[in-house]
Amino acid sequence: MIEARGLARTFRSRGRTVEAVRGVDLDVAPGELVGFLGPNGAGKTTTLRMLTTLLRPTAGRATVAGRDLAEDPVGVRRRIGYVAQGGGTTPELKVIEEMVLQGRFYGLSKPDATRRTADLMKRLDIADLDDRVIKTLSGGQRRRLDVALGLLHDPRLVFMDEPSTGLDPQSRANLWGHIRALRDDHDTTVFLTTHYLDEADALCDRILVIDHGVIVAEGTPSELKAQVSGDRVEVGVPDQHVATTAEIAGKVPDAHEISTLDGTVRFRLPRGDTALPELLRAMDAAGIPMTSVQVQRPTLDDVFLTLTGRSLRDAETEPAPQAAPEKEKEATDVA
Amino acid sequence: MLREIWLVFRRESTIALRNPAWIFIGILQPILYLVLFGPLMERIVTSTPGFPPGNAWVILTPALILQIALFSMFSGIGILVELRNGSLERLRVTPVRRLALLLGKVLNNAVQLFFQAVLVLVIALLAFDLSAPFAGVVLSLVIVLLMGITLSSVGYAAALMLRSEEAFIPALNTILLPVLLLSGILIPITTGLAPGWLYTVSRINPFTHIVDADRAAFRGDYALDSLFTGVVVLVVMAALAVFWGARTFQRENA
Repeated sequence: MIEARGLARTFRSRGRTVEAVRGVDLDVAPGELVGFLGPNGAGKTTTLRMLTTLLRPTAGRATVAGRDLAEDPVGVRRRIGYVAQGGGTTPELKVIEEMVLQGRFYGLSKPDATRRTADLMKRLDIADLDDRVIKTLSGGQRRRLDVALGLLHDPRLVFMDEPSTGLDPQSRANLWGHIRALRDDHDTTVFLTTHYLDEADALCDRILVIDHGVIVAEGTPSELKAQVSGDRVEVGVPDQHVATTAEIAGKVPDAHEISTLDGTVRFRLPRGDTALPELLRAMDAAGIPMTSVQVQRPTLDDVFLTLTGRSLRDAETEPAPQAAPEKEKEATDVA
Repeated sequence: MLREIWLVFRRESTIALRNPAWIFIGILQPILYLVLFGPLMERIVTSTPGFPPGNAWVILTPALILQIALFSMFSGIGILVELRNGSLERLRVTPVRRLALLLGKVLNNAVQLFFQAVLVLVIALLAFDLSAPFAGVVLSLVIVLLMGITLSSVGYAAALMLRSEEAFIPALNTILLPVLLLSGILIPITTGLAPGWLYTVSRINPFTHIVDADRAAFRGDYALDSLFTGVVVLVVMAALAVFWGARTFQRENA
């Protein structure tokens, strides 16, 4: 559905060249729900804007929905749906007006656009809003309208940029349901960007991680987590037994990153659940009473930390040098 | 293409008609000029040599209509709003041609201006001592339509170039005032009234020629040399403006 090779984009800003995306290769198969994960400014939105024909790549090529990006951008536009970050609705129009017009922009006849509008609005639970002026909708309702607008021409491939940003937890869960249904019930390929780990984890078949303009990892959420050096085991023991416990833990095959802290011993190993009985027996034999035990599967945040050396949350708050190009792009492109 | 232009035009006019008050607010200024300034002009025109032929209303009305036409440049604010709320981007990912996006919008601005011009004309004809031949009025309305196309295109292109209201609005105000004054909108800049240098400068301003042609149309003077320059200037400007607008709309990220 998507095949990109060496896709790159540089921006020029006050004589300085900024490489926002440095050569991205990616493949998305039909029917996949793929998440594009990375901190703000990592090159997510720039890549997405290139794949949706909004931005011309400075290098590389891509086929999107069967059409060449450079040679047939209009063909690509006809075949893809795009739900932008923050949407793109017209505040003054009524929901029904916006929907029908959108369908007609894609070449549908008025009756077809109207029928398709009714179907989609029912599907996304906004059927009773057709006569409302868009600026009076709630955030969650508007987001579902954004999605509906991206689906009017029944595209086989839908791009979504940060779909759940700014939504309350309930609207978010609701939107996730609709996104899953796109893949499950309608066989639509979905490519979404997100910087929420839980979103990528909950929603995506496969995740691509981008950082500093290059893809640094890809795989299913569990494959990615397996790349992290295994599960984290945390054993609580009385203070005087900490040292002995650490010693015992060190003898468990493949245990590593052993650390101790106030009556707890932490370490990592590939399969925490299967190693645990052995550990318990060994501790029993040494006469150490255990106060607590915890096995934690690695999270995507662990993955991100391993891959990039920083936590996704840190990366977001720190004014990363890569954050600049995405903000500047609008100003610089016109120059 | 025509279908796409029509669809964009429909979208724009639906938005405009959702809040029709703006259309009337747009003609408040010319009406105030007619009511509060027109009566002064009446005396001045009859007692001062150097004015072009025709009474005060024949001089003032066409100029006021062209003044609101110049304000079509504020169309640019609308495109900046759409740039920010993402609706422009959404339209740019549809297969609709960029040129159709521009032309649909421009057409809506021109039609809106046309109705405003008709309203001002009707008020001037009914409430004031304006008498203008039918053909002249029709010609002046054609001029207004072309002006609307020209200036809203310029507004869109300039706004997309400057990319912010903070830059666009002051830039526009800075340009509009000298252009308005130099077009002789209120008091025509004739050899009889203006010092030589001012007259020369005013001739460089393309809008002076359009205002002159429009005034000639209003007084029923269809002689070639009264209309020719203005009409040629307008057609050339319209072509350049639409070309500039189209270039800006076609540029990526616009």
